[in-house]
Amino acid sequence: MSGFKTLQGKAAAMDRANVDTDQIIPKQFLKRIEKTGFGKYLFYDWRYTKEGLPNPAFELNKMENQGASILIANENFGCGSSREHAPWALGDYGFKVIIAPSFADIFHQNCLKNGLLPITLPAETVEYLLERAQKPPYDLKVDLQNGIVEDEYNFSASFTINEYWKKMLINGWDEIEITLQLESSILSFEEKRFAVQ
Amino acid sequence: MGKSIIDKIWEKHVVHREEGKPDLMYIDLHLVHEVTSPQAFSGLRMKSRKVRRPDKTFATVDHNVPTDNRKVINDPVALNQMTTLEKNCLEFGIPLAGLDSPEQGIVHVIGPELGLTQPGMTIVCGDSHTSTHGAFGSIAFGIGTSEVEHVLATQTLWQSKPKTLKLEINGELKKGVTAKDVILYIIAKNGIGFGTGHIIEYCGDTIAKMSMEERMTICNMSIEGGAKAGLVSPDEKTFEYLQGRKYAPKGDGFANAVGNWRELVSDHDAQYDKTIQIDAADIAPMVSWGTNPSMTSKVNEQIPKLEECKNDLEQKSLSRALEYMGLQEGQKIEDIQIQHVFIGSCTNSRLEDLKLAAEVIRGKKVHPNVRALVVPGSQQVKKQAEADGLDLIFKQAGFEWRESGCSMCLSMNNDIVPNGEHCASTSNRNFEGRQGSGARTHLVSPLMAAAAAIYGHFVDVGALLSAETVH
Repeated sequence: MSGFKTLQGKAAAMDRANVDTDQIIPKQFLKRIEKTGFGKYLFYDWRYTKEGLPNPAFELNKMENQGASILIANENFGCGSSREHAPWALGDYGFKVIIAPSFADIFHQNCLKNGLLPITLPAETVEYLLERAQKPPYDLKVDLQNGIVEDEYNFSASFTINEYWKKMLINGWDEIEITLQLESSILSFEEKRFAVQ
Repeated sequence: MGKSIIDKIWEKHVVHREEGKPDLMYIDLHLVHEVTSPQAFSGLRMKSRKVRRPDKTFATVDHNVPTDNRKVINDPVALNQMTTLEKNCLEFGIPLAGLDSPEQGIVHVIGPELGLTQPGMTIVCGDSHTSTHGAFGSIAFGIGTSEVEHVLATQTLWQSKPKTLKLEINGELKKGVTAKDVILYIIAKNGIGFGTGHIIEYCGDTIAKMSMEERMTICNMSIEGGAKAGLVSPDEKTFEYLQGRKYAPKGDGFANAVGNWRELVSDHDAQYDKTIQIDAADIAPMVSWGTNPSMTSKVNEQIPKLEECKNDLEQKSLSRALEYMGLQEGQKIEDIQIQHVFIGSCTNSRLEDLKLAAEVIRGKKVHPNVRALVVPGSQQVKKQAEADGLDLIFKQAGFEWRESGCSMCLSMNNDIVPNGEHCASTSNRNFEGRQGSGARTHLVSPLMAAAAAIYGHFVDVGALLSAETVH
């Protein structure tokens, strides 16, 4: 996983609440055994018509949203299934940041593990961003180190993210490697826990 | 200050704690299935890592498996996923209940059935319905594939402790109201995100009276309310259920274990971050009419009207849901016509669920407009149901009687609801396209699904059962 410090990119709005992971990546695409190549199936049922053509009414199909790397979403984004295929698909499509008033727990965790930055901002702030991103072109600048999102029109908001995950994202560390350094702690825990009682 | 069972289990599993970091938690049981594991095993292989504790890992195939003819798997991509799991289990020494095993079944059905699931454990699986195992007084939650890889390699996970939520249900449930209606009611009343960031402890006399299978149904859908996990403090019913199960402790070991398990029960003065009280008497048979589990009403109610929405966002969601579902605002729930009935899934595919449905169906026929199937949760459930003659009741009524698997809960195999058709389903998610592209799912209890199969539309099974008692 490569590190993440700052990003300047086009923001696309998806003003829908409770977008579930079944929508982000429908089940028929979960049968593959790779982590890559899921981007073309992202939001498949919304993105394509029954005939398999791009649905012109779908947000991300709009010309002005092409090449967006920041997704502005609404509350409880990523609810439902634990499928990590959801952040894989979002990342493969080109998103690096998702901003929403709230995220579902497992999805939030899955994003962090894949270098996709989930930013939680107050509902009123997200409402402003949703509105603003619907009048493109609209770019945002995200500074993970200092926890700041800003646009070119004097908008600026700060966000917090657990320091541990922040460090992981910035450095792109292999988490398993870090844990394996605690091998002796794991061993002594096991010795205590599984000692004959 | 007393401690809740959540605090007690959490504290017992902290391997490493450091300021500014999540806790490194030990995982007692890791359940694995074919869909969310292949990339994790590839990751291990790439770095030449081993599975640290194959003895604390158990795998099965459930999501992709055909439920009609298991000998023929026509989908080469699904087949590849299943054989990949077999190869991975063989290579890393993980026990597997494969397609030909008498122990195969939905991962959340077989864990408890085999006695793998035990009180006080931390349990994870790459599946959000892992919360099911909380019924035994364990902290059980779904994880993504990166975390699956992390647990395989280290038997631990970095986790920030969630907040605690006490959900107390007291009182007598009305006739025709099941555990499924209880959890649907809770989600309808509190919303799809009410549990986000929390572990729920379900308690109160209504829960105490419930069987282990009913508690599993409740805990199973904790994730539908956004919760990290849901659990119930263990009691005599828990111990009785586990005694004699294949992987449960034996002999003196069992008595010792019960002694430890009793200590897990929440202290009477335990503190929680949030508390919700529910009156069981207020719950009726429930039916979901929308595209998330909170879009649910009592069977004798109507679909809400747009003007009743609290805000613009809610109104937009309602209007989108109604368009997808092909329903009208204010429409009576009982007027919704049904073309499919699915009895199955990790929520409602255990023996008690099948018995409930069979009682409604006995001697009756499936409505001519309805295709109905029963998919037992495991091979063991199927075998026991057949020994009890339940399969005959279903088959004589016109139901299809299938092999075990996830089946039409997420329709990864070929059990699919066609575009635009309505399905009364005992599963847990009514998201758009969940049961097939354009499929319209209604979440209900096994009783309600059985009644819908006979009538071709929703009926109040409480009234139906009361009427039958009178005659």
